[in-house]
Amino acid sequence: MRENLHRFFRAARGAGVRLSPAESIDAMRAVSKVGIDDRAILRDTFLLTLAKTQEEKRALGDCFDLFFSQPEPPPSAPDNDNTDENEETGEAPQGGGQPAEGGADAQPTEGLGALAQMLLSQDRNAIAAAIANAANAASLSNIRYFTQRGIFSTRILDQMGIQRLRDDLDNLTASNPGLAERLAAATDGLRDAVRETVSQALLLYGREEAENLRNEILRNAPLARIEPRQVEQMRALIRQIARRLRERYSKPRKRQRRGHLDVRRTLRRNAAWGGVPFLTAWKRKHRDRPKIVALCDVSGSVARVSDFFLLLIHSLHEVVDDVRSFAFSGHLIEVSDILEKKSPEAAMAEIMSKVGFGSSDYGSSLADFEDEWMNAITPQTTVIVLGDARSNNLDPRADILRRISERSKRLVWLNPEGRMAWGFGDSEMPRYATFCSVVRQCATAKQLERAVSDIVATYQ
Amino acid sequence: MAENRPAASIEAVESGLAAQGYIASRQIATAVYLAQQIEKPILVEGPAGVGKTELAKAIAAWRGQKLIRLQCYEGLDEAKALYEWKYAKQLLYTQILKDKLGEVLGGAATLHAALDQLHDFGDVFFSKEFVEPRPLLQALEQPAGCVLLIDEIDKSDAEFESLLLEILSDFQVTIPELGTVSAVAPPTVILTSNSERDLGDALKRRCLHLHIGFPEQRLEERIVESRVPGISQVLRKQMVGFIHEVRTLDLKKLPSVSETIDWARVLVLLQASELGHEIVTDTLNVLLKYEADIETTQPQISTFIAKAARQNVFG
Repeated sequence: MRENLHRFFRAARGAGVRLSPAESIDAMRAVSKVGIDDRAILRDTFLLTLAKTQEEKRALGDCFDLFFSQPEPPPSAPDNDNTDENEETGEAPQGGGQPAEGGADAQPTEGLGALAQMLLSQDRNAIAAAIANAANAASLSNIRYFTQRGIFSTRILDQMGIQRLRDDLDNLTASNPGLAERLAAATDGLRDAVRETVSQALLLYGREEAENLRNEILRNAPLARIEPRQVEQMRALIRQIARRLRERYSKPRKRQRRGHLDVRRTLRRNAAWGGVPFLTAWKRKHRDRPKIVALCDVSGSVARVSDFFLLLIHSLHEVVDDVRSFAFSGHLIEVSDILEKKSPEAAMAEIMSKVGFGSSDYGSSLADFEDEWMNAITPQTTVIVLGDARSNNLDPRADILRRISERSKRLVWLNPEGRMAWGFGDSEMPRYATFCSVVRQCATAKQLERAVSDIVATYQ
Repeated sequence: MAENRPAASIEAVESGLAAQGYIASRQIATAVYLAQQIEKPILVEGPAGVGKTELAKAIAAWRGQKLIRLQCYEGLDEAKALYEWKYAKQLLYTQILKDKLGEVLGGAATLHAALDQLHDFGDVFFSKEFVEPRPLLQALEQPAGCVLLIDEIDKSDAEFESLLLEILSDFQVTIPELGTVSAVAPPTVILTSNSERDLGDALKRRCLHLHIGFPEQRLEERIVESRVPGISQVLRKQMVGFIHEVRTLDLKKLPSVSETIDWARVLVLLQASELGHEIVTDTLNVLLKYEADIETTQPQISTFIAKAARQNVFG
């Protein structure tokens, strides 16, 4: 049982539930108290002890259902058995002509290996148990990638004695073709059952690795060129990144400054001793919460990157609560409200319908910003501009960017294009770059995370 | 104090809580049972008004134990939650004992000798006598055990969470001057949270995590039945059905169980026999707490009543 529980914990980790050894110990203690007779109670117990959020509860519930549906014989096995039986009954009348069908059946099996006998006797439970044992011996729970399916199937079959089965089959073909045919059919059934078991194991144990691998690929894929079907996965990844950044940066914002005595608080704290300062209180330094003004180009290929960037910045509520976002291509509008109120998909669609898909004009967009929202920038503000700086040979108005830079704490330019392309064609990047505190390339989720992390870190 | 009945099984927990008027779902009962068996606190999360605090009260009433409640808020610190020195008493005692001290130290020839004698008396002023126990320490000192309710933990600061870790995992607290105080009888600890902020992993790890959502229709009917016995069965079914319809809307604050119970009481008071458009319109403010929500619901009332009534026929 303990072995089973350990396997379940691994499967749960695969399903995205974060389990520490301490939690699995607690779960085991709990299980020892409630027993394993009632599946519903067992499920509740796991949900209580292992899952820590509602999403985890859902994932764990699914995982539980999948995992504990396993001990019963794999679904393909009974089917095969049934067809075998049908074949048998179909054969029986033919065999009826031959004398003593049952006796003929019993005799030749004696020379056969254990596996062949088991298959011929069609003992479903025994076969299922044998598969489970062999799977354990082949440490099936180590399966990680779908490419390993073949090797694990082979290992399990080897463990069960497929070699002996093949020999038996060869011998039987010569001596008793009817029985050989049945055995061959049963062997195919066994292969299917094993393959099924391996697939299920992959679903249970391989998810974590597969997910990690996929995320790693996704993290390094250029945001502008990901396929539509990956957008949802990318959003999930961005949320994960946001969660990581939140955990890292949402720590308390006060830091004690040793050396500067806070007289007022010291006197108050020591009132009990008649004002004799036994306990000292020190002045604290308040850290600013990050204030961010984001200007995002939503024209053409930059739109996708802006989409993910805005999603990331707006899911960092605990860390940065003061974000104002603006979107532009031909002209510029404020989009903070749209992003706050609507789901990411709906918000992006609305933004696109308002300003998207025009040819970008950085000059007039910057002018729009200066006319209406320049006072949004304070000396604590970090201004982030996300765009390729390709202004279709219109006036770049770098002078406005200079004024923005002077008013703000930092001006960060994120450019989805590679450094090589800056300054070529209609790119105004070199001209803008002189006024930016930082200019960096930002084309993949990884670079995005780095960039945002650095921006937030300057406030710590 | 009544004897402490160990919950023999999960059903016993369920019926025990039901006797106190708390209709628990199976998962809640399992959590309460497990909390006692493996001595872990329960962290209860869920929307406001689904009976998180009630659960603690019901457990305390059922077991006949004292309920000690610690309401969390921003700025709560260990002086208010754990213990505090009775400064005034210490000061007063030193004044009163001044003469006595003089006598004791009178025999000493040198300053050193006086100091040595003083040391022999130990830390009289930092003894148990001068500790003012706050809820957490009180809970540990209850000889018959108790139910400790730490309410709305998400409202407190992140630092306070760390303070709780010792008490949650080992049922003990360390007071520097006195040493470690362990629980006489481990208390049943219930923490509640409205998920206003994410709690730390360290805290979550030490607790059983119980999420109480809005109950199913059947369960909610049973809750109303136990809380508002005067209500007729027909009306009960209709109103619970109606509330379940309202919960499908996109509202600022969905009506929760406490609102259901309030509404049931109001309907009984108004002697309503069944749900009508007029009575719902008049009493909607019991159910919904925002003007905008009421406006959203208003046009749908008739449809919802009809739906609830139809359910009644088939259910």
